Amino acid sequence: MNPVQHDPKINDLNIHVATVNGSGSQTANSVLLRAIFQMGIPVSGKNLFPSNIAGLPTWFTIRVSEAGYVARRVGNDVLVVMNPETAVADVAEMGPGSLIVANETIALGDVPADRIVVKVPMAKLMEPITTDVKLRRLVVNMIYVGVAGQVLGIEEAEIERALQAQLGRKPKALALNMAAVRTGWEFAAANVTTRPAFQVQRRNLTAGKILIDGNAAAGLGAVFAGVTVVSWYPITPSSSLIEATIGYLERFRRDADGRATFGVVQAEDEIAAIGMVLGAGWAGARAMTATSGPGISLMAEFAGYGYYTEIPGVIWDVQRVGPSTGLPTRTAQSDLSFVYGISHGDTAFPVLLPASVKECFEFAGVAFDMAERLQSPLFVLSDLDIGMNNWMSEPFDYPEKAWDRGKVLDDEALAKVAKFERYRDTDGDGIPYRTLPGTKDWKGTYFTRGSGHDEAARYTESPEVYARNMDRLRRKMDTARTLLPQPVLRESEGAEVGIIAYGSSDFAVLEALDQLAAQGVKASYLRVRSLPLSPEVHAFVRRHPRVYVVEQNRDGQLAERVRLETPERAAHIHSVLHYTGLPIDAQSVTHGLLAQERAPVTEGAGR
Amino acid sequence: MSATNTPPAGGNTNRVGLTRADYDGAKTTLCPGCGHNAITGGIIQAAYEAGLEPHRVAKLSGIGCSSKTPAYFLGHSHGFNAVHGRMPSVATGVSVANRQLLLIGVSGDGDTASIGLGQFCHLVRRNVPAVYIVENNGVYGLTKGQFSATADVGSTAKGGKANTLMPIDLCALAIELGCGFVARSFSGDQKQLRPLLKAAFAHRGTAVIDVISPCVTFADHEGSTKSYAAVKEHDSPLHDIEYVPYFEDIHVDYEPGTTREVRMPDGSHIVLKKLASDYDPTNAEHAFAMLREARKDLKLLTGLLYVDPATTGFDEELRLVDEPLATLPLERVRPSRAAFEEVMRAHAEGSIGAPSGGG
Repeated sequence: MNPVQHDPKINDLNIHVATVNGSGSQTANSVLLRAIFQMGIPVSGKNLFPSNIAGLPTWFTIRVSEAGYVARRVGNDVLVVMNPETAVADVAEMGPGSLIVANETIALGDVPADRIVVKVPMAKLMEPITTDVKLRRLVVNMIYVGVAGQVLGIEEAEIERALQAQLGRKPKALALNMAAVRTGWEFAAANVTTRPAFQVQRRNLTAGKILIDGNAAAGLGAVFAGVTVVSWYPITPSSSLIEATIGYLERFRRDADGRATFGVVQAEDEIAAIGMVLGAGWAGARAMTATSGPGISLMAEFAGYGYYTEIPGVIWDVQRVGPSTGLPTRTAQSDLSFVYGISHGDTAFPVLLPASVKECFEFAGVAFDMAERLQSPLFVLSDLDIGMNNWMSEPFDYPEKAWDRGKVLDDEALAKVAKFERYRDTDGDGIPYRTLPGTKDWKGTYFTRGSGHDEAARYTESPEVYARNMDRLRRKMDTARTLLPQPVLRESEGAEVGIIAYGSSDFAVLEALDQLAAQGVKASYLRVRSLPLSPEVHAFVRRHPRVYVVEQNRDGQLAERVRLETPERAAHIHSVLHYTGLPIDAQSVTHGLLAQERAPVTEGAGR
Repeated sequence: MSATNTPPAGGNTNRVGLTRADYDGAKTTLCPGCGHNAITGGIIQAAYEAGLEPHRVAKLSGIGCSSKTPAYFLGHSHGFNAVHGRMPSVATGVSVANRQLLLIGVSGDGDTASIGLGQFCHLVRRNVPAVYIVENNGVYGLTKGQFSATADVGSTAKGGKANTLMPIDLCALAIELGCGFVARSFSGDQKQLRPLLKAAFAHRGTAVIDVISPCVTFADHEGSTKSYAAVKEHDSPLHDIEYVPYFEDIHVDYEPGTTREVRMPDGSHIVLKKLASDYDPTNAEHAFAMLREARKDLKLLTGLLYVDPATTGFDEELRLVDEPLATLPLERVRPSRAAFEEVMRAHAEGSIGAPSGGG
C-alpha cells in the first residue's frame, strides 16, 4: 500500500447498501463488488448483518480505493435505500454531495438539497420483467445495481460478467437479473440529471488478484495441508470455515471409489468437538475444529488436558463480540488473553494470528506443522471481519514444502533406540518424542493421563517430578517463541513511535501509517503473528521510546502481555483500542494515537 | 521389533503366541474386593482368549474409580485416561483417525450416566466402533459415596439415606439409541462376562456392556441394591452364554430348540442357551418390556439384552478408506497443484461465497 496521489473524486468512495436480511440483496452486492474489482480497481466489501435469518436490517458496504486501502472507512458517499425501517437514520448519516438511491416507496425524511436523491419506482420497473411476485422481490435488487452502475460509471459489461459468475448455471435467472440491471440502467440514464462528483474509472490494479473470505481461505489451507479429521459444532462466525473445508474435502479428497481420506464429525457440542480433535491427534491424525467465543469457553478443560498430555490439535477461533452471547455477528479481538492460558493450572498455548485471507490460508498449514512439532493444542485466532468478509488478495501459493509431523517414533525408529520414554526431554528443547497407537513394538507403548506423570508417563504425585515436568513444558513454550511465525516488521529509521498490532487490525494500521506520515509522525510498525511473543517483539519495544498497541478489545489484551514481558518499558506501552463490534478503521487508529502523542493534529509533526 | 514381542517358546500361548501375562497391566490401586478388579481380570482373560494383538487395541476411559482400570490391563496397549465424562468424544476421534484399532473404553456410572450422558448418547447414536464397558456400582467412589444416577429408588447410602430419584437405565437407553450390542452383567459372574466381552470385541459398532460392580467401601451394606449380597440375590440371567470365535472349530451339541445362535460379522458365533424362558435378543421391544418388568420386580436382568450384528459402524458410515487416516502419506492427502490452481482461478474470476446469517 502506498500513499499515491490521486484524484479523490475518482475511485475513492464508499457504497453503502441498506437492506433487509434475507431479501436476496447478497447477490446484487456481490455483483457490484466484483464488477468494480473486474474493472481493475481495488475493492473490499463488508457485510454488517444482524443475528437473524430474515427480517432485520442489514448493511453491505463496498469500499472502492485506488490507493488499495481495504480496511473499513467511516463515512459513505453512496447510499442505497431498500429498508424503510432504517431509511431516515441511514439518510441522516449522509454528507453533502452524496448520492442517495432509494426505492421511491420509502420515506426518507428531510433531505438537505445538497444531497443527490434518486427515487426509483422499483415496483413499476419490475412489472414488465416478471409476473412472479417472489422473483420480483429478489430480482428488484438488481435495479439498484443498474442505477448505481450507470451513475457511478461501473461498466455494464462487467456487471453482466459478474452476474454470470454468480448465476452462470441458471440461464433463466441470469436473463431475468440482467433485464433488471438494464431497466435500472435505462432509468438512471433518462432520469438522473444531477451527477455526483465521484466516479469509478477503469484501472489495472487488480490483475491476477483473487477475492475470497478468510474462512474459505482457512478451509482451503487445511485441506491442502492434509487435514484428515474435522469435528465441529455450528457457531457463527466459524461455521463457514468448516463448511468450506467440507466443500474442498468432498471435491478433492475422495478416492475414485468414493472412499474418503477424511472424516468429518458434527459434534454434539464444542466439548466433544475438541475431545474428538484430541483423540484423533493422539492417534496421529491432523485434526482440527473451528469455533467462536462460547465454544472456546467450553473447550477450556480439554485444552488443559491437551497441554499437559502433549497432544497436537488445531482449534480455529473465529472471534466475535463477547462476553456471553454478546454480538454474535460482530467482530472483535477479545479472546486473546483467554485463549493464551485457557485452562486451569499453569498453561500457555501456541497461538497464531493471521491478518489476511492469505495468512488464513498459510497458517492453516503452519498450524498443523506447529501443533505436531510442539505437541500441543494450537489456537488460530481469526475474526468475523477476516473470516466472513470478502477480501482482495494476491493468489495463494501452492504448498511446496513437505509437512512437519513432529517427533514421532514409528516401529523403524523404535528399533534403533534402547528405550522410549514419552515425556523425556532428550533434545533439550522441551519437546519429547511420542508414539502412536498401532505401533507394534511394545517398547513404544505408553499410557496417557491428565494426572501427574513422570518422564516414562507413569502415574506419580512426586513434588519434584511434577515441578520438573512443568518446567520442561515452559521450556517447550520458549522453544515456540522462535519456532512460530515471526513478526512482520516495517521499521522506520529513527522513529520514536512504535506501533504493534495483529490480525485484522493490520489493514487499518497500514492506512493509518500513511495518515500519520501525512501528519508528520514517523512510526515503525511491528505485526505480531504468534504467541508466545517472539524476542523480536521485546527488542522492538525496547528500541522505541513510545509504543502503541492497536487492538480490537476493551482491555488492551496484547498490550498487557507485552508489558508483562518487558516490565521495564511498561509505562511507555500504550493502547489504541476499538471495540464497538465494527471492524477497526484507520481514522480511529490515527486519532487514538495522535490524541496520546498530544500533538495537535492540525500542526502535523508528532513530538 | 523388540524382544518382548517374541512369544515365549512353549507354555500356554494363544493364537497370536502370547501368554495370559502378556495381557496384564500395572498393579491395581483400587480397594481390595472391588468389583472393578474382577472386571479387569475378565478383560485380561477375554483378550487373551480372543487372541487380541495388544498393539491393535486402544484403551480409553474417563474419570473415576472405573476409569483408572485401563492402567491395570493390557499393559502393551496404548491408553488414554481422558477427562470426566468425555471418553466418548476421544474414542470417536481415535476411531475416525485409525479404524484399524479395537477400542476398549471403561467408564463408570457417574462418568457415563451423569457428566458424560450426552457424550455417551452421541457415541451410541453414531455407532462408533468401540466396546464401552460401564463399571456400575451406583455410587461415586472417589469422592466418597455420593449417589450416582444409576442408584435404584430406595437404595440406601452408607449413612442410611435412601435414594428417591429414578435411576437411568443405560442399557434401555442404548437400545433406544440404536445400539447393536447391549448387555448387562455382574462382576461376580465371569462365566457370563467373558463370552460377552469376546463377542463385543467382534462387534462392528458400539457394544455397550453395563456391568454391575459392587463398591465394597461405599455400597456393600444392607440397604444397597448393588451390594454383593443384593446382586447375587436378584441376578436373573436370561440365558447361558458361550462364544465361539471364528478361529476355533468347536462344535457343541445342544438339544434342538434349547439354544439360539447369533452370527457375528467375523464369522464367530454367540450361543445362547435357554434358561427359564426363551429370550430373543434381536427383539428390541421385547428387551424394553423385560427391562421394565425386571425393574418392577426388583430383578437384575443379565445377559445379552439386544444384538444386531448388521449395524453400520461409524467408519463405514463415513466411507473411510481402509488404511488409518492418521498415517496416510502426504501424497494421499494433499490435492494436486492443478486442483489448487482451479480454485485460485475460480476466485479470480468466479463467484464469491455469500456470508450467511445466524447466531
